[in-house]
Parts: sequence; C-alpha cells; structure tokens
Amino acid sequence: MSAMRSASRRDFLKKCLTGAAVLGASGPVELLAAAEQESVIVKSRVVIARDAMLRGTGATVESHRMLSLLDRAMQSLFDRENPIEPWKKLVRPGETVGLKVNALGGRGLSTNLQLVEAICERLREAGIKASDIVVWDRDSDEMEHVGFHVSTGGNRVQYFGTDRVDYEQELATHGSVGSRLSKILTQRCDVLINVPVLKDHDGAGVTIALKNMYGVIHNPNKYHPNGCNPYIADLNMLPEIRTRIRLTICDATTACFEGGPGFKPEYSWKNNALMVSRDPVALDYTGWQIIERQRAEKGLKTLEDDKRAPRYIATAADAQHRLGTNDPGRIAVIEA
Amino acid sequence: MSRELDRRASQSPAIRGEQRPLDRRSFLQCALVSGAALGVSEFAPLAVLGAIPAWAGPPRQDDSQFTVEAKFYQKLPNNKKIKCKLCPRECTVGDRERGYCGVRENRGGTYYTLVHSRVCAAHIDPIEKKPLFHYLPGTLAFSLATAGCNVNCKFCQNWDISQVRPEQVPADYAPPKLVAELAKQRNCPTIAYTYSEPVVFSEYIMDAADAGHEAGVRSVVVSNGYMQEEALKTAYGKMDAVKIDLKAFTESYYKDVVVGELKPVLDSLVTLRKMNKWTEIVYLVVPTLNDSDAEFRGLASWIKTNLGVDVPIHFTQFHPEYLLKNLPITPVPTLERAKAIADAEGLHYAYIGNVPGHPAQNTYCPKCQRMLVERVGFTASRMLIRKGSCPFCGQPIPGVWHA
Repeated sequence: MSAMRSASRRDFLKKCLTGAAVLGASGPVELLAAAEQESVIVKSRVVIARDAMLRGTGATVESHRMLSLLDRAMQSLFDRENPIEPWKKLVRPGETVGLKVNALGGRGLSTNLQLVEAICERLREAGIKASDIVVWDRDSDEMEHVGFHVSTGGNRVQYFGTDRVDYEQELATHGSVGSRLSKILTQRCDVLINVPVLKDHDGAGVTIALKNMYGVIHNPNKYHPNGCNPYIADLNMLPEIRTRIRLTICDATTACFEGGPGFKPEYSWKNNALMVSRDPVALDYTGWQIIERQRAEKGLKTLEDDKRAPRYIATAADAQHRLGTNDPGRIAVIEA
Repeated sequence: MSRELDRRASQSPAIRGEQRPLDRRSFLQCALVSGAALGVSEFAPLAVLGAIPAWAGPPRQDDSQFTVEAKFYQKLPNNKKIKCKLCPRECTVGDRERGYCGVRENRGGTYYTLVHSRVCAAHIDPIEKKPLFHYLPGTLAFSLATAGCNVNCKFCQNWDISQVRPEQVPADYAPPKLVAELAKQRNCPTIAYTYSEPVVFSEYIMDAADAGHEAGVRSVVVSNGYMQEEALKTAYGKMDAVKIDLKAFTESYYKDVVVGELKPVLDSLVTLRKMNKWTEIVYLVVPTLNDSDAEFRGLASWIKTNLGVDVPIHFTQFHPEYLLKNLPITPVPTLERAKAIADAEGLHYAYIGNVPGHPAQNTYCPKCQRMLVERVGFTASRMLIRKGSCPFCGQPIPGVWHA
C-alpha cells in the first residue's frame, strides 16, 4: 500500500483547497501543482495507543480497557469520533473477515484473546455476522495453547487453524516464493486483518506485520535464510494476500526485544500498547525502532551490529514491491 | 512405456520414477500382514493405523511416536538455541523453531527429528529406477520416504512430499524392524531411502539399515549429498550403495535453482569414494541452465580426476515441474551430447536416463564394446556379466552384480 493511498478523499480535497487558497485559486494548473506539492508530504499513519493501566492491578489484560484502547487507536487512525465508524469504513456487511493472529510464541507472547474479542465485537457492530469472522493461525493446537478455543460452526466467531482445512494444492508464486496458501485465506476470507505481535526474531531481526504472513503458507521454513529477505516481501506480494489485507492491528501489549520469536520473560516487557496502520511496512519500520530503543535501554547491540537488521522492510518498500513506505519522513507516528 | 505416459507418471506425487507408490491401503495391508506374521507387540501401533478412516485431509498424527532426538547438532549457550550439524546449511534454530528442512524442531534447547519411522511414501521399485545400474541389477528395492528436504530444487518432481512439513502429508508409522521385515517378505534384497531427501531422515535410515542388515536386507540411499562430512560418514557409512544427484557443476546453479552449494556435494562424493562405498551419479540436464559443453566437460573431467573413470554417471531428462515449468523437456540430442563428452573424457559408464528404449541405457564393456546388460525401461532384460567381468573379453566391470 503506498503512502498516497493512505490519504482519504476528504484529506486530499482539503489539501487541494488549502493549496488553492494559498495560491489564490488562480486556475486548474496552479490547483494541480498545489495538489501535487501537498501529495508528496502525505504520510502513512501509524497510530500507537497506550494504556498504562491496561492490566488494572493484575497481570492479565482487562477486556473493557482493551476495547477502549482499540477504539482510541482506530478512531485516531480513521479520524472518527464514533468507535464504530472506522470499522464501517473498513468492512461491509456480507463480507467474511479473517483475523490472522500469531500464536507461535506460546503463552505470554501471542496475540491476546482480549484484543481479538474486542475486534470481533466492533466488527459485529459494523454489520459483520459472527459466523463470518474467522480467527486463525496455522495450527489449532497452538491456538488452543494460547487461549483461543477452537470453534467451528454455529452462529459464533470461528476459531481454528489451517490444519483443519489444509492448504491449497496449487502453488502461489511471486519472485523467490512458491507456496501453498491456507484455504482459510483463499476460501474463507474476503478481508484480512493482520493481528501480529511486536517481537524480536533471531533470524529476521523483527517479526511484526509482514512476517506474520509466514503463517499463511505451508513452507515457511524455506524462507528463513538471509534474514528472510527477499522472501517476506515477495510473499506479501502474492495477490491472494495483498488484495485481502486492509489493516494491521499489532498487539504490542507484551513485546519482545531479544530472544524471539519464542517467549522469554527476561527479554519481554509490558508495553501496554496497540499499533494500528494500513501500511504494514510503515508499521514494521516503526515497530523495529521501538524494539531498537528497548534494546538500547537494556544495553544490547543494535540489530545492525548483531548482524540481523530487518532488511526485508526496505525490500518491501522498494520499487519492485511498493508494499508501503519505510521512509521515516513519510511516516506519521501518532500517539493516541 | 511411451514418453507421454512416462512424463505423466513422473509428475505424480510421491514418486521419483514412473509408478505410484504403495497406496495407504496397500501399505497398511502389507504392514498388517507383516505385523500379524511377526506376532509381536512391538508392532502394536499398526492396530491403531488400521483404525484410521479414509483420508480426507491430513489426519492428526501422533507426533510422539515419530519424535526422536536428532543425532547431529550442537547446543548453543544462549536462548536455548541449537546449531544443526547435519547439512552444510548449519541452521541456527531458536526454541520452538524448525530448521530449513522443516522436519527438525528445537524444543527447549533439544533438537528433534519429527520423521523417524514416519513414512509418507512407499513402493517396491526396480533398483534400476533409483537409478542404480551397477548394483544388483534386476532386483527390487523396498523404497520409502518421509517428508522434508534440505534444499528446494525448482524442478523437484516430488515437491508434494519433499517441500512440506511432516504433519502436512499423510504418513504411517513404520519402525525399522517392520521395514526390514516387509522388504524381506516382498523379496526385496534392498531397502531404498529415496523420493524426498534422506539426509533429513538420517536417524531413521541408520536404524532401518541396522534392522535390515540383521534381517539380511541391504540398504541404498538416493540423496543430494548435501551433508556434513561427519554425518555423511556416520549415516551413509551404514549404506551398501549410494546414488548422488549432482544437480549441476556450477555454484550459481546450486544457489539459484537448488538453494544449496556445489562444493559440499563434491566433497561428499570424494568422501564416499574414500569410504569405498559403491556410488553412482545422476545429472539432471535442464535446458539452458546446466547443459553447456563446458559444464559437461568440467564435470566429466572432475569425476575422472577425483572419483575415477568407473563411476557410472546418468544424464537424465528433465520434465517441467514445480517452479520450473517454463522450460521444455530436455531434447534427446542434448543428452547424447553430454554422454559423448563424458565418453570423450574417458568415463567408462555414461548413461542416458528417462528416455525409454535409448541404447545408452545399456551397459557396454569399455574394452570390447559388447553389450553386457540390456535394459528396457527399468527392467534389466539381459544380464551377461559373470563374476564381475565381461564374458567376452574378461574385462572387470565394476559394481555389485550378485547378491
């Protein structure tokens, strides 16, 4: 998704009009020039919403505070007052919506159930039937292990892994990648909402939005050499993925700065935040910087010095991929 | 078999040749008969297998029976990581992660193979199909595979099993003693580890080879040879014969098409030679990618210098498959050119493969040029070698000709 696309029609017109006013609205050529001038500074928005009291006085995330946090993040990203409005802009009744979570890290470092339930609640309020929502990852047992109870059928949200339905027989290919895709993605999802976790990764450097798509394919082990580069970018180029993804909601409530992707308490911190964006590259870049800051605080080497800087982020932004921007000058990080 | 039939058959899953593997029912029947014949509790898991309904997607498998600690790895000091020492890739694998092969997993700092006795393809093949032309010609090999591979060849014919994780393909529990017993029962003097990549199920082939030898059944392995020296010596030291797929003679091809490296494979061939292990080489000729005169000449020259002129080499025909569907079938004249270059370099046994009926499938005496083994398809229809020698001129013909 380009930075240009993240500007709403209203924003664009507003900027055109502003430009016209500045120029005295002297004619279409000037108007166009002003619009172009403005368009180059349109930025990909990455919203970070925090709640220091997300867990109340306990250790687990409180559901009502999570819902409030999600609302704050979404309203900020979509610039809306009402908590349902952003979702109505995102999905339409009748669509099937997949929430691709991350359960690989095990207990302590997987997508929170409370976050998923909050998203489902808002989706339903936006007109999506509960049974048209699928919460999924690659393996049902891994999902169960982190608190997602497998549920298939009935008028409720569906929870299950690809192991229940298998992968497509045909290969989907782009660049360096040739993989069978989860039938959940190809046959059960009109829309994909990516719900990853903010984590360090021993091979890739970090694993956030883009790498979470490794859970969509049958052969992720083949794409770990060379820091997963260019595999992650190539994978996200697959039309089956690219045309479905509309949003990333990164669970950064507990994040990991070293020793990932598995959970190691000594290398995790309670960040109590959500990160949302429609630009997965901008979100990954921003998340990477957060992990770097945490590493610096802990006296650890930078990922660059540790020889595992996440170069796939730049590849995802390059001219061959254009999945988003990794240019900090074109990313607006908004604290909500 | 016509070429068209040959081509279609070669595209079927889970096989490296022209026939389908044992289907699940046959394998189970075979296993159950054997288990019953043996009448021992050791094969109790077969009773469970018999209860599995017809497959409608990968059934949930009991991982624990296939999970055995890996033999070739090193524990690292930090974060429960390990370094795999099986193949030259040397994957550093974090806790809960798998290596490149997809069949080995780090669980809390201990590395496990997930495919011991986890057979996803089995078939009784002529040994010529491996191909091994100088090893017990005219005999059958009880051939089997597990999921997984340590490279990712863009032309793989068996990617359905080689490029998947073990839980993604139906499999049966086939412990080593059962395999040995089945091979014996089916009159197979050898067990062949083949179809996918035996490097990644080394622990299993070692145990199966031991069980086979106890039962009087030999073992052969069909491999890419991309393996560390110590693992090669230990695992393939138990084999009676080896066939190595030498995919090309350039590093660039290995990097781009195979996702591996050439040098370790050449090193493996030299090591096998030093181990006096009977070895044959297959070179799949892919149009425009590894079919230059220079490459054929370099390859033949290297074999002559490092392995000797008596090592059989099979130039085999490529068929478009997997990620390499944009290239045509290898023209027969290209294969003939490769053979001619190998002959000119002085190699004694250069064959042409995957071209049924081609005269270069036969074995000829390098001295008197008389035909010694005639092959039709994968059948050795005439076998004239006597006591390891040409019956016409007495020239020794290297190989293992009789059980």
